[in-house]
Amino acid sequence: MAFIRFTDRPAFRNPWAEFERIRQGLDELSRSYVEKGKGQGRANVYPALNIYEEADRLLITAELPGVKVADLDLSIEGETLTLQGKRDRRQNEAGVSYHRREIESGSFSRAIALPVKVDPEQVNARLANGILTVTLAKASAVTPRQIKVTTE
Amino acid sequence: MTEQELKIQEKKAAQPGDENTKNECCFAPHVDIYETEREVAVIADMPGVTVEGIELSLEDNILTIQGHRVLQQQPGRILLEEYESGHYLRRFTVAETIDQERIAASLVDGVLTVRLPKTIPAQPRKIEVRLG
Repeated sequence: MAFIRFTDRPAFRNPWAEFERIRQGLDELSRSYVEKGKGQGRANVYPALNIYEEADRLLITAELPGVKVADLDLSIEGETLTLQGKRDRRQNEAGVSYHRREIESGSFSRAIALPVKVDPEQVNARLANGILTVTLAKASAVTPRQIKVTTE
Repeated sequence: MTEQELKIQEKKAAQPGDENTKNECCFAPHVDIYETEREVAVIADMPGVTVEGIELSLEDNILTIQGHRVLQQQPGRILLEEYESGHYLRRFTVAETIDQERIAASLVDGVLTVRLPKTIPAQPRKIEVRLG
C-alpha cells in the first residue's frame, strides 16, 4: 500500500500559481524587448534629445545635422526650454535625378520641461559638427552644498 | 508653417564586415544620392564626426563611407536617452565609371558631401571617307 506522508504534500496548493508563473515569464519577455530597443523610438518629436545631470548643471545634447547656427533658435522661459529651427536644402538644379532620398528637410520645434530649476542667465549652447550641446547651470537653490562635518 | 515638419528617423545599425572588439555601435547614415550629367553626389548625415574621422574609399566600384567619432564618456547621470551615438558606416556599389582622381568631399555641420565625377567617355571620332 502506497504511503503518502503528510509532509510530502505541498503545504498549500495555489490554483493560481501556474498563471502567476506565466505572467512573470511574459513580464520578463517584455522587459528584454524594452532593453533591446533602448534609446530608440522613444522620442516622438524631432530632435531626439539626451539629457544628463551633473551636480551643478544639466547637459542636453541633440544631433542636428545640416542645421546652421543662424537657423537654430533656443529660448528658455521658466522651466521650459524651447528648441526651434529648420533644415534647408538647396539642390534644385535641373537635370538632377535622385537615386535615394533619405534626408528630410523642414522645420522643427520642441519644448521640454526641465527637471530642475535652472539659472536662466547661465545657459550656454554650442553647435559643432551637427551636435548641439546646451549647458544649463542649476539654480543656486538646488545646487547641492557640501556640509562640513566637524568633531568637537 | 508651410514647411514640412522634421520627423525622427530611426537610426539603423550598420554591420561592419567583422565584429568589433569594442562595444561601440555603428550606424548607417541617412543618405541622399543624386546624379547629374557630370557627377554622382552622395550626401550623408554624420553628426559628431570631424574631418579627421572621415574615411572614404572607392575600390572595385564599392564606395565605403566611414566616420569615426570620439565617443566621450557620458557626463553625470542620464535623465533621458532618446538616441545613441556611434560610428558611421555605409557601402554602396557605384554603377557609373568614376574618375578616381577627382573625387572631392566636404564636411559641413555634420553633413558629408562626396562628389564622384564621371569619367568623360572618349569622344567618338569621325572618320571621313574620301572618294578617289
